[in-house]
Formats: sequence, structure tokens, C-alpha cells
Amino acid sequence: MIESLLFYAFAGLAILSALLLVHIRNIARALFLLFIVLFAMAGLYLFALADFIAITQILVYVGGVLILLIFAFMLSNKELLDDLQPSSKRFISLPNWQAIILALAFLSLMIYSYISWAQHMPKWISQAEAKGRMILPTDNNIKTLGFKFMTQYVLPFEVISVFLMMALIGAAHLSRKESNK
Amino acid sequence: MITLTHFLVVSACIFCIGLYAVLAKRNTIMILVGIELMINAAILNFVAFGKYDKVNYGGQVFAIFAIVLAAAAVAVGLAIILNVYRHFNTINPQNIHELKD
Repeated sequence: MIESLLFYAFAGLAILSALLLVHIRNIARALFLLFIVLFAMAGLYLFALADFIAITQILVYVGGVLILLIFAFMLSNKELLDDLQPSSKRFISLPNWQAIILALAFLSLMIYSYISWAQHMPKWISQAEAKGRMILPTDNNIKTLGFKFMTQYVLPFEVISVFLMMALIGAAHLSRKESNK
Repeated sequence: MITLTHFLVVSACIFCIGLYAVLAKRNTIMILVGIELMINAAILNFVAFGKYDKVNYGGQVFAIFAIVLAAAAVAVGLAIILNVYRHFNTINPQNIHELKD
């Protein structure tokens, strides 16, 4: 009962602040709302018993990605002080309604397919439920994840490491000063 | 009782909000934020399905991979955005319509 309440609270927090994020015109405030969305999503991961993913989400997104976004925003906005004034422009300008219609159509399509899909889940899910092969709250997730990374998933792990290094070198190369050439 | 459908519906909502941000925003940073929201929805689906996969832990492992991919994408994307801003003095994608110098 209390678990469901907490789940709905986190889900409502995530969805409402994401809606406010796309509504608000001030980018600085929108980026700080992204903090709240990411924290609420980390809370939702906990309900799927993925504690390590939740911590990684907070470390990587809130600690790294969001700081990068705020830096890029501050480096690329001439009208920072103008943006901090509350603007009274209307919410829905003309091109936006097309985007709203598209997003709502996609949402209704996905919700419809989920609801019709919930009647007959794939076999591996029902088997896992029947045989009790689900992840339980008492399991030691982090230890198992560490073993899995170094045994079963060692090839994707190495590939993603090389990819991350390539991306960081590429970012440093792209953002260097042109006069240093 | 929280079922799989709860997670799927929440992630569908977050995904569509991100889709709206990508389609409607007039600022490249907000478009990047929309892409982040969509990636977060995908990660939520990964962990929700990964709950039923105790043998392989596939959902959680690939959720971590998705987080790494998103971080790399943001780093490269912001470097490109800063270059574009230096070149065009704007980050409105409507005004950026030529590739040559």
C-alpha cells in the first residue's frame, strides 16, 4: 500500500515536472526542473529493484550531464538576463500544436498497445513469475552485477569503454580553440 | 501492487514529453534535454523488464550501458552546439541551414 503510494508520488513528480519543463520558457529554470525529473526517475528505478542503476543515474546524470548542460547554456546564451525575467508570452504558439498532436497520438498508441499487451505477457515473464526467478528485494544486486560485467558481458563492457574514450576525445577535439591549429 | 504496466505507462508519458520537446523547442539545448528524457524512458523500461530476468541481469546491465551512451552523446552534442554557436551566434536550429564555412 505504502509502496504504491510512493510509486505514484514519484511517477507524478516525474511526469508533472517534465511537463513543466517543456512548458516553461526560461531555459535555466527548465534545466533545474530536469534535476527533479532525473531524481524522480532514479526513485522509480528503485521500485524496479535496480538500486545500482538509481545511484549511477544520480552520479552520471545529475553530477555530469546536467552540469555540462548548464555550462553549455551559460556559454551560448547572450540573453541570459532577459531570460530570467518572467515572460508573459502565450504557451501554445502555432507550430506547437502540431507537436502536441504528434506526441499525444504517439502516447495514446503506446498506452493502447500496453493495455492490450498486458493481457498476454511474453512467456519468459510468466515463467519467471511462476518459478520465482524474479529479482527480490533481499538479493545482492551490486555483487551480481559486478560478476556479470566481468564474465558474461565483458565484451560489451570493453566496447563501451573504448566508445566512451572515443567520445570524450572527440568532444575535446571539437571544442578546442580554432587558433591553436 | 506495482505491475509491469505501471512502469510502461509512466515511461510512455516521459517518452512523449521528450518527443514533444524535440519537435517543438526552438533551442538546441532543450532538444538535447528532450533526447535525454527519451533515453530515461528507455532506461526505465530496461530496468522494469530486468526485474524478471534474474539469470542474466540483462535489463540492469544494458541500462548502465544506455546511461554511458547518453553521457557520451551529451558530451559530443554539447561540443558541437558550442562550435555552432561560435560560428552562427545562435543555437536556434531554424537559423542553422548551411554546412559550409
